[in-house]
Amino acid sequence: MADLTISSVTDLGMITLRGDLEVLGRQTRAFAGCAAPEQRMSTASDGRRLLWMSPDELLLTCPAAESKTMVASLRAAFGDGFATVVEVGDARAVFDLAGADVPGMLAKLMPVDFDRMAETEIRRSRLAQVPAAIWREGAVWRLVCFRSVARYAEALLRNAAA
Amino acid sequence: MSARLATGGRLIDRTRLVEFTFDGRHYRGFDGDTLASALLANGQLLLGRSFKYHRPRSVVSAGPEEPNALFGVGEDAQFTPNVRATEETIQDGLVVRSQNAWPALGFDIGRLNDWGSRFLPAGFYYKTFIHPRPLWKHVFEPFIRRAAGLGAAPTQPDADRYEHRYAFCDTLVVGGGVAGLMAALGAARGGERVMLIERSAHWGGRAMVDGGEIDGRPAAQWVADTLAALEAMENVTLLHRCEGAGVYDHGYVLCDQTVGAGPAGRLWRVRAERVVAATGAIERPLAFAGNDMPGVLLASAVRDYVVDYGVSLGDRTVIVTNNDDAYRTAKVLLEAGLQVPAILDARPNPDSALIQEIKDLGVQVHAGRGVAKVLGRDRVRGVAVCIQAGEGAVLQEIGCDCVAMSGGWSPVVHLWSHCGGKLVWDEDRTMFRPDPDRPPKGADGAGFMATAGAASGALSLADVLEDAADAVEAEAPQCPPEQAAGIEPVWMMPQGAGQALRAKMFLDFQNDVKVSDIRLAAQEGFESVEHAKRYTTLGMATDQGKLSNINGLAILADRLEARIPDVGTTTFRPPYTPITIGTLAGEARGELFQPVRQTPMSDWHESHGAYWEPVGQWRRPYCYLRDGETIEQAVTREVLNTRQKLGLLDASTLGKILVRGPDAGRFLDMLYTNMMSSLKPGRCRYGLMCDENGFLMDDGVVARIDDQTWLCHTTTGGADRIHGWMEDWLQTEWWDWQVHTVNLTEQFAQIAVVGPQARTVLERLGGMDVSAEALPFMSWADGTLGGVDLRAYRISFSGELSYELAIPAEQGLVFWEALMAASADVGATPYGTEALHIMRAEKGFIMIGDETDGTVIPQDLGLHWALSKKKDDYLGKRGQARSHFQDPDRWTLVGLETLDGSVLEDGAYAVADGQNANGQRNVQGRVTSTYHSPTLGRGIAMGLVARGAERMGQEVAFTRIGKDPVSARIVSPVFYDPEGARLNG
Repeated sequence: MADLTISSVTDLGMITLRGDLEVLGRQTRAFAGCAAPEQRMSTASDGRRLLWMSPDELLLTCPAAESKTMVASLRAAFGDGFATVVEVGDARAVFDLAGADVPGMLAKLMPVDFDRMAETEIRRSRLAQVPAAIWREGAVWRLVCFRSVARYAEALLRNAAA
Repeated sequence: MSARLATGGRLIDRTRLVEFTFDGRHYRGFDGDTLASALLANGQLLLGRSFKYHRPRSVVSAGPEEPNALFGVGEDAQFTPNVRATEETIQDGLVVRSQNAWPALGFDIGRLNDWGSRFLPAGFYYKTFIHPRPLWKHVFEPFIRRAAGLGAAPTQPDADRYEHRYAFCDTLVVGGGVAGLMAALGAARGGERVMLIERSAHWGGRAMVDGGEIDGRPAAQWVADTLAALEAMENVTLLHRCEGAGVYDHGYVLCDQTVGAGPAGRLWRVRAERVVAATGAIERPLAFAGNDMPGVLLASAVRDYVVDYGVSLGDRTVIVTNNDDAYRTAKVLLEAGLQVPAILDARPNPDSALIQEIKDLGVQVHAGRGVAKVLGRDRVRGVAVCIQAGEGAVLQEIGCDCVAMSGGWSPVVHLWSHCGGKLVWDEDRTMFRPDPDRPPKGADGAGFMATAGAASGALSLADVLEDAADAVEAEAPQCPPEQAAGIEPVWMMPQGAGQALRAKMFLDFQNDVKVSDIRLAAQEGFESVEHAKRYTTLGMATDQGKLSNINGLAILADRLEARIPDVGTTTFRPPYTPITIGTLAGEARGELFQPVRQTPMSDWHESHGAYWEPVGQWRRPYCYLRDGETIEQAVTREVLNTRQKLGLLDASTLGKILVRGPDAGRFLDMLYTNMMSSLKPGRCRYGLMCDENGFLMDDGVVARIDDQTWLCHTTTGGADRIHGWMEDWLQTEWWDWQVHTVNLTEQFAQIAVVGPQARTVLERLGGMDVSAEALPFMSWADGTLGGVDLRAYRISFSGELSYELAIPAEQGLVFWEALMAASADVGATPYGTEALHIMRAEKGFIMIGDETDGTVIPQDLGLHWALSKKKDDYLGKRGQARSHFQDPDRWTLVGLETLDGSVLEDGAYAVADGQNANGQRNVQGRVTSTYHSPTLGRGIAMGLVARGAERMGQEVAFTRIGKDPVSARIVSPVFYDPEGARLNG
């Protein structure tokens, strides 16, 4: 898999939102341009992506630089409503995977049916022994895992690509 | 003498010679040969020794069922034991070793066991090595261990790569014979995503040897055409040298692929909507005396060696059978120019077109006859013929070099059975076959599996194709029907054989289990097939009884005068054939063996002498070693430095769970034993968590962030578990409470700044007010220090003036380094987990996992103050009300100091008078934490002692391993600064 590149992404802001997805979606559309996605799907707009995580949880990715103000805006918009908005970008490690057969490489590590994965779909799954999520950003596959296992994850990816 | 024939061998390339060594001798074979065919072609008939009696053995089969010809293949870092010679293809330079023979395969001392075999019946070891007891440990066990185990373990780490591969499909077809090809084609034409896997390197299965006509073409042509059609379809994945090893819940199938180039092996982890097992059938041996002699093979294997590899097992082959199929072997042998002196057919009046055809070729068919015994010593010289219906009186002797036997065919029902598919006994065909009405079932209660072809019990080509087409609801191709005479069950030959013959009739070739052993097991009361199996070891070897199971249980049924289906089979368990450990491990080896969790500062620790300690999957510095220091010296230095000046601790691994929502306070009041809803924003409170039974399971500091928000700190090991615990209650019990949790453990690097100089250094960094007035003990504030946004908590686990700073993880390292630089001149040092533990023990603070072990309640630890009396309920409250927990004799937390200042042993027991019912010395307590206190210059310990809290000042003796007990005085667990004067610096 010689044409495969694995690059670490360090400028991605990530925000966890919990609450009623419809309620969350109204504000994310207003502030981030992304409406609430369908189950297991994502919506994107202008460098931001809103991903379905669970029946009451979304993940918003955006440029790291705007993460803090985005959190503040969303929190203000929800006010005392039952919604939680938290920055989690520091808790994660992100890898962008590019090349012709990324799914073939990932199939060695993730129990994911890549052939049947829609263009905007996200899968929360695992990468060998650690939790990981995967989705597409255009031609690139974006993989997210916890920060503490970043080195393990990268070694796994390089080993699988070798 | 086995030999290569002048022509033939569809799988070998006679233009390409391959050289390899076997037990140090050089051999040549052809490209495409298996180890077995190449060695047989070289006249090497003796290929192994049986496990128990070390009897000489050769191949009995040509496939995965082979019990005898197992070799150690490769050398050093590429050595693999127990490789089946019938399946391993030869390669140039391959180094092959025989197993289970000493000093040599040809002359094996262990054969003595065979000559004494009548003294080694089933259960011999169980009966013999019971008495005298002391001999077991020193004589019997070492002896048996040396003799036990098949094959040698590799001595070096495996040099090869392995990988796993996840795959998904609508239909997974296991087996690439005509049935599998047919099923795959049918499913693929319907548009399904299909995987077809074949365990050998070749497609077509038995039809390639046995021939036949499909759709007006020779079977081999139909196979080639079908394969080409499948290859052309995008929705079909074809894998060969890939075994369907195990079927698990919900259509999950493990497949073991031999790759060779790149990874040596690949474990496919397939999730299939539907599994079709087209796994064929295995021919059964016949049980006659001497049936394990080199030169006695399954009839199908004899023709496989001729057709596939151009190898004959001998010039003259006597065929012994109870069914028509073995007659095909006669045909193949005659076509190859070899002789068939006789066919001994156990059936009284066998008659069919095939039988007539063979008779017409001049072969003598002896009806109603069987083998009384095989003649020869280490290889077949002939057979003694008897009446099958009799007791073994010899009618005549027929000279031959090979005996081809067939006791009928058993469908390979293993995969069907792995996940609960049931079998039915088919009286007419004398076989257990899958019961299509009782398949393995998926989550929806519907069957997810079908069988196709011979695996269903179909025996003729036409039936096989018809069955396979049915399995996928496709149209079967045209096939001329075959007329065959029915099988006659033969479980013992002759049926009235006496003890002497029965003791030479082998059922399990690998474990040397004979007809006499099974009968003995039944006689001694092991009537369940599972018990008989374990008593005799029938089917317990690496071949898992592929050849022996049915014959064994039939013998058992006969001895018990029961019907075969009433005796039943033993359990079929995956894998179908052994999988190497390397393949199962996949990438999980070396640095990828297990994830190691690292904090943002881990690299800094590593480069500053960290001596690591595993804490869950984290690695935390136990201490930081400086040049020439011992671990003990480093720990002592770190404790004193922190108490006297300043210490920095990487506390990032502590769990940090955000709990938020209108019902968050109510929720935390249920989770913690004390009151959390009353905490004011800006304040912290130490809390305890118990499980439903009342046992203490986690502790930590909770901070109230705002009206609706709390941040709960957990122990390092508890972070994920407590988050799961919270979600469990929220999702299943209190689903209508408005509470969110978010695990923020890794979002923050957390640094404890501990010691008299703590405030000085933080003030030096500047940016927020950290004075005692602005930030009193057990409070927190957001602010900046040294230009970094952070949250500062005034909490202490050491008794010293202490701040814990939570910094966004990305900036953790930068801030840590800034802190180090700013505090260098006050003598700050980083400290590790051991200094942390010692300092908390000096203060009498408990540690989850030391003072608790799942049997300890907060009351045992004197933590009554943390149990709210105001609350109606909290998790564990009801459990703690149980009578046993009110027992005044419970062991409770105390401090312990030895009279001589020495350090108590970890886990030491406090001894009491007398003995318990088991003759063990009574005990009255145990040590839970013990250290040398650098601060106090002597040993300190915490422990749980019966009525401990009431016994201040008393002396108790604690055990020491290999020494007399040592006396310790019961004291308060707070050894240092009981007034708490140091907290404010």
